[in-house]
Parts: sequence; C-alpha cells; structure tokens
Amino acid sequence: MANFYTDNTDIKFHLEHPLMREIVTLKEDGFRHADAHDTAPRDFEDAMDNYDKVLEILGEICGDTLAENAEDIDTEGPRVVDGRVEYAPGTRRNHDVLTQAGLYNMSLPREYEGLNFPIVPYVMAAELVSRADAGFGNIWGLQDCAETIHEFASDEQKSRYLPRGARGETYAMDLTEPDAGSDLQAVQLKATQKDGRWLLNGVKRFITNGDAQIALVLARSEEGTQDGRGLSMFIYDRANGGMTVRRIENKLGIKGSPTCELVFKDAPAELCGDRKLGLIKYVMSLMNGARLGVGAQAVGIAEAAYREGLKYARERVQFGKPIIEFPAIYEMLANMQAKLRGARSILYETSRFVDIYKAYTHLSNERPLEREERDALKRYQKLADFYTPLLKLFASEYANEIAYDSLQIHGGSGYMKDYPIQRLVRDARITNISEGTSQLQVVAAIRGVTTGHYLKQIREVYEQAVTPPALATARQLLATMTDEYEAAVAAVTTAVPAAPTAGAAPAVTSAEYVDFHARRLVEMAGYIIIGHLLLQDASRDEARVAPADIFVKYGRAKVAAHAAFIRDSRPEDLEAYKKN
Amino acid sequence: MKELKIVVLAKQVPDTRNVGKDAMKADGTVNRAALPAIFNPEDLNALEQALRLKETFKGATVHILTMGPGRAAEIIREAMYRGADGGYLLSDRAFAGSDTLATSYAISRALGNLEYDIILCGRQAIDGDTAQVGPQVAEKLGLPQVTYAEEIRGIENGKITVKRRLERGVEVVECPLPTVVTVNGSAPACRPRNARLVMKYKYARASQEGAGERAELLDQHPYLRLTEWNVNDIRCEATELGLNGSPTKVKTIENVVFQAKESKALTADDAGIDELMKELIANHTIG
Repeated sequence: MANFYTDNTDIKFHLEHPLMREIVTLKEDGFRHADAHDTAPRDFEDAMDNYDKVLEILGEICGDTLAENAEDIDTEGPRVVDGRVEYAPGTRRNHDVLTQAGLYNMSLPREYEGLNFPIVPYVMAAELVSRADAGFGNIWGLQDCAETIHEFASDEQKSRYLPRGARGETYAMDLTEPDAGSDLQAVQLKATQKDGRWLLNGVKRFITNGDAQIALVLARSEEGTQDGRGLSMFIYDRANGGMTVRRIENKLGIKGSPTCELVFKDAPAELCGDRKLGLIKYVMSLMNGARLGVGAQAVGIAEAAYREGLKYARERVQFGKPIIEFPAIYEMLANMQAKLRGARSILYETSRFVDIYKAYTHLSNERPLEREERDALKRYQKLADFYTPLLKLFASEYANEIAYDSLQIHGGSGYMKDYPIQRLVRDARITNISEGTSQLQVVAAIRGVTTGHYLKQIREVYEQAVTPPALATARQLLATMTDEYEAAVAAVTTAVPAAPTAGAAPAVTSAEYVDFHARRLVEMAGYIIIGHLLLQDASRDEARVAPADIFVKYGRAKVAAHAAFIRDSRPEDLEAYKKN
Repeated sequence: MKELKIVVLAKQVPDTRNVGKDAMKADGTVNRAALPAIFNPEDLNALEQALRLKETFKGATVHILTMGPGRAAEIIREAMYRGADGGYLLSDRAFAGSDTLATSYAISRALGNLEYDIILCGRQAIDGDTAQVGPQVAEKLGLPQVTYAEEIRGIENGKITVKRRLERGVEVVECPLPTVVTVNGSAPACRPRNARLVMKYKYARASQEGAGERAELLDQHPYLRLTEWNVNDIRCEATELGLNGSPTKVKTIENVVFQAKESKALTADDAGIDELMKELIANHTIG
C-alpha cells in the first residue's frame, strides 16, 4: 500500500519545472498528433496530466510489487539453465506487471508502441524503479537500447524491433569483453560477412541481462584493425540462435540483475547504422543514455537509503531519547538529505538538456531547423555532454555516501542482514563503477573545466538568476567558491613543470598535471553547479531553503579543501606519488 | 462459438481496510468523507478473471455494471484502464438506501437490458460483507451460480469449468452458460492500470458527472461517453427499490473500540503455544 511517486513530492516538483513547457511542446511537435492518436495529449496541461497519472501507476507498482519482491530476489538471484538465464521468480513477476502496465518503450514514439514521453518523466520512472529494486532497475533501464536503435537503425529495422519492447521482450547492451572494459577500443568479438549475412564469433563478459531477446553488440567488422575505427554496432536477435550464456557472475550487489558471460558462435546479426561508427558514434550515444540511467539508479538508491536511515533514527531510542535528537545523527541526516536533493536537481537539469537537444534532433529529421533552433540544438547538446558525466559522478558517489551513513545510523543492526540498508549499501556500490567508473566520468568532464564551459554556465546563467533573500549568504558563498574554482583552474592549467636538472626534460607533462588534479577541479565545478541548482529550486519553493543552505555550506568546505590542496601542489610533486 | 459477452458487477466502496478513528460519525453512520472510495477488492479479482477470458477468447467483451452515485463512474474508468471495453452506471436517487435485496433487484433488472454469457462479481463487498448480491442476482435471473471461484479453468461446449476455494479445500465444478460466478479474494490479483489505456480513457464521463473542461472530446470520441441508466431505463417496480424495497433495517450501531486489556501475553515456548491452541479450539475460533 505504498506509492513511491505520491509519497515523494520532490519528484513532482522537478516534473513541474518551468522548462517543461518548452520540452513537452517540442516533444509533441506542437500537439499536432492528438487527432491521429487517441493517447496523444491535446495540450501542455493534458501531457503533464498524462505523465503524472502514469508515474502514479508506476509509483504504486514500485511500492506494492517491486519493493516487496526486492529482498527475495536479492537472496535467490537468477540462474543459468542449459545456457539460458532464468530470472528469480520475483524478477519475472516485476517484469510481467510492468509489461502489463505498458511501462516499457516509454520514450519511443507512438508508432513503435511507445508512450512518446520526454526524457524527464522517463528518468523519473527509472528513479522510482531503482528506489524499489536497483537490480531490477538495470533490466528495466535497458529499454535505453531502443533509443539507440530508434536513432541509428533503418526504418525497416525500427518497425521490426522496437514494438517488441512493449510486448515483454528485453534488451542487452553487449560491449565489454575480458580484455576490453573501460578501453572499448580493444573489443575483439568478430563480425564477418558470409553469403551477405553478418556472423558474430567471440566472447562478451559482464553483460547485464545478457540473455535478452534483443541485443546491441559491439564487434570488430574490419579485419586487421586494432582500434575503435574498426568496430561496428550489430543488432542480435536471440531467436536466431548462436549465442549461449556460459555463466553468470556472483556479484556483491544488484543480485537480481543477471551479469552474463556470453559465447557467440556463428550467431547471425544485422548491422545497425553504418560500418565503423560502432564505437565512435553509437556507443557514445548509448553511453550517455546509460549514464543518465545510472544517475537515476543512484538517486533512487539514495532516496531509499535516506528513508531507511531517517526511519531508524526516529524509532531507535538510546539514552532515553530517539537518536535523531543527537547532533551527530541529525547532522548526518541533514547532509544526506541535502546531497540527495542536490543529486536529484542535477539529474533532472541534465535530463532537461538531453530532452531539448534530442527533440531538436528528431525534429531536424522531419524538417530543416531554423537558425535559432540549430543554435539551441548545439547549445543543449553541449550542455548535456558536459553535465552527464558530472551528474553520474556526483549521484553515484552520493548514493554510496548516503547508503554508508544510513548504515552507520543503524549501528550494529545495520551490519546485520536483517535490515534493507545492507542491500542498499551493496547495490549503491555498482553505481560509481558501471557505465564508466567515477574516474572515467572525470576524464569526460574535465574538458568542461578546461574549455570554460562550466564556468560560463555558472557566470552567465546561474549567477543571473534571482534567488530568495534567505539565501543571500549562500549566494555569496557560491560567488567565493566560483572565484576559488577559477583561480584553481588557472593555477593547474598554466603550471609549467620544472626540469629536474637544467636542460633535462620535465618528469611530468602539463597534461599529466591537469589529469592529476582533474577530479578536484571537476568536483569544485560540481559543488558550485549543484549549489546553484538548489538555490533555483528554493526560489520556486521556500521549503527548499534549508537543504540548499546546508548543501552550499558543505560544498563550500569541500571547495576550500581542494583549493588549498591545489595551492600547495607543484608538478614536480607527482614523482613522489608515482612511488607505489 | 459466438463471441463471449462478460458483465462484471462491481461496487465502489469506502476503504474499510484503513479505518482511522474518524471512520464513524457520532450518530453511528459511516463517515464516507473520511474514507477513500475504492474499487471493491474482490470485484477486482472478478475483473481479472474476466480480462483473462477476454484474452483467451477472440472477440470476447467485458463490461462493468455498477450501481451508485455519479462518482461511482470512476469504477468503470478504473476497469477500462485495465482492459474492460466499457460499462454502465446505474444511478438514481430512488436506489438510495438499498439493502442486498433491493440492490440485486435493480441490478438484475439492469442486466435485462444486456446480453451476457457470464456475469462475474466479487464474493462480497468490504463495506457490507454480506456475499448476498451475487447469489441473489442469479436467483432473480433464474441462472445457475458458482460461488467462491478462484480460477476459471476454461469454457467448452457452452460449459464453464471453475475451481472453487472452500473452507476445507478446493473443488472443480462445471456449469452451463449463462451463469453467475462470484470470485474469491484468493484468486489472482487484478492486473495494473495500463499507461496507454489511462491516457485514452481518462476523460471518459457519465452524463451525471458533467463533461468538465474537455467537453469537446466527448463529441469527438463517443467511446468516452459512459452509459448511464436511471429507474426509467430499466423495467422495475418502484416499491422494490431503495429503502421501500429493503426489508433490512438497522436497529442499533455499536462503536466497538479495541483496547489493550483484551490482549493476552503468551510465553514464547511450546507450552505457551499449546495452551493457546487449546483455548482457540475450545472457543471454536479454529477447528
């Protein structure tokens, strides 16, 4: 009898963001489909009402079904039987209920049996599902693959594959191999042409939901090549045979999600899009979607963990009072809540950017864009590219911190397997690893630092916004943080490594020095951006003043620490760090 | 076989499962304002059985028949969100105060307007807990009835096979159509609302509810108009309706407040459990 949507007003608050009017109008192309489709909205209010109602259905399923099944699924997990995956019974039930409720193909157009939802409510759905069961969130979230097929496959392939997602079939994204993890350029799985047909041969590892009916497979189609330019993307249909599941991994968390090792033997597949663009174009698109998905998963876990901690702190009585009344505990909870709100704000800010640029991209396939529209497309695509790794970094690290603190609040009980928090701690741990580790998010985000994109957004957009008077101090702090950030970026990027002896080459390059401080710089930008986003939230809703203030003070201390470290750092120091 | 026609009798009830302390008014009547109106839970089990038949038998249709005030049209929408084809709202002040006899009379008369092979309903409603309306409807229509159904196994040669859940086990019975089947809460839960159907039918309205802000849609899409019947639309005798037709009279209402003193502490060992079992058997709670 729980509804994870209606019991969390924060989600609806973000759904009602002012930018949604533009997003929805673009997505529905001026609401001109209402007469052709009886499920298409007539206007903005009608569309928002649809999102609200559909999230309400999902919230109920999450509270009543997914959350109820989560513990059993965590214990039972999936199995491999005769080279095929068998889900845990609860996983199967979750999937069936969500299929019956029509909650797959959420962002696809109606012609492919989709709901044509913008990314924002779709990401909200992902957050809700993950709060109930993050492991199941992985399986459900793989409907992202359909986005990639929709974007790059032929019309004929689209109409053949896409409707299947609404009818109970699932997806997998087969990228990783034993020797190609973070470095996907090393992918070896072979795609060869025989009698005009592509055949796949090789092994994939760590494949989430690997036994899905439909898979996107990254394979080497250009014989003799060694790098990313020899890789193409293929659509593999399990019904055609040739693939077996060799084993599933025994993971620390997200136990319900089968992580498979797959063997392809002359498995017939179809080329998706153009040859050689597999990694450099399609995987990048797939990855951005997947990172948004992990961000949503992380926020969902963080929400669940925060609630568990809060509940326990209110109920647990020690020294004659509930432990929430002790400063050590209430400070922890306040910081957890502020981080949760912050992660959610950047999650939906990023989702809005993705929404706008995707809507313009799809529109550009139908008609030439006006100059203004083209500019908007470019601007929002850039913002989406720079915000996605920042979001993934912060949301996943915060999910871990919040789950860690929540377990700490539980004390000894938290270490026992009797409370849900132990599962949340294990589940959270994957979020800063999968779809690119935090370290790789920094690699993707650092260009936003060095090109000045983050700073530009802070100075030209966020600092121009009106904020509530109650947050004047926080605003001042953010200005100070921004100055410190700017100085730190300048210090790192202009540092000239000294040569160990006169005339010799420096031991480190300038680029390595930037890499060394990259995480600190990216984090500084993140604290400032999230702080501003929370200030903007507070300007729409007074109740948000306190978490905004708490976050900014917390972030200010972090920025100061990073700034101090960078001030005291010299390129030649790196030598000492290399002596491990 | 000709296309199967299924009618599900459903009732909007106050949610008595989550009763707070303001559930009853001082005069002893139910405070409906304090209790959310919901789809009677066992009627949802009945709807699920109907929808499964619709999936199995091509061309089968499922319609809801509900009696109640205008807002009870929500029950019809809720059923349509899950896959029902439509519904009928039986609504008139003359039905107010009906007990099970008057209710089953009005419903059986309304069914006279419809074609049906199977009439499905929940075993009982959670506001009255009588389990009488389904069987009474069957009697008034002269139809056979299968009560406490848990699963409809199939339909063949004009006969339906039903698994019944009884106190001490199950039995499987066969029954000629048309028939009334009342469904137990132990039957599979109803499927969730479907996103597409919610978007399609959310503006469906019975005339009593008014068209709201989207009046033009009702003209564009006739499927959004829910059929509404009053006493003049069903052939019935006024004396059999509402309070007049209801022999059941409420004598008194007692407000029972459970108190902690009625609880009993047990020792957590075999002897304690043994003692409890003996006591429960002795006072016929079990056994």
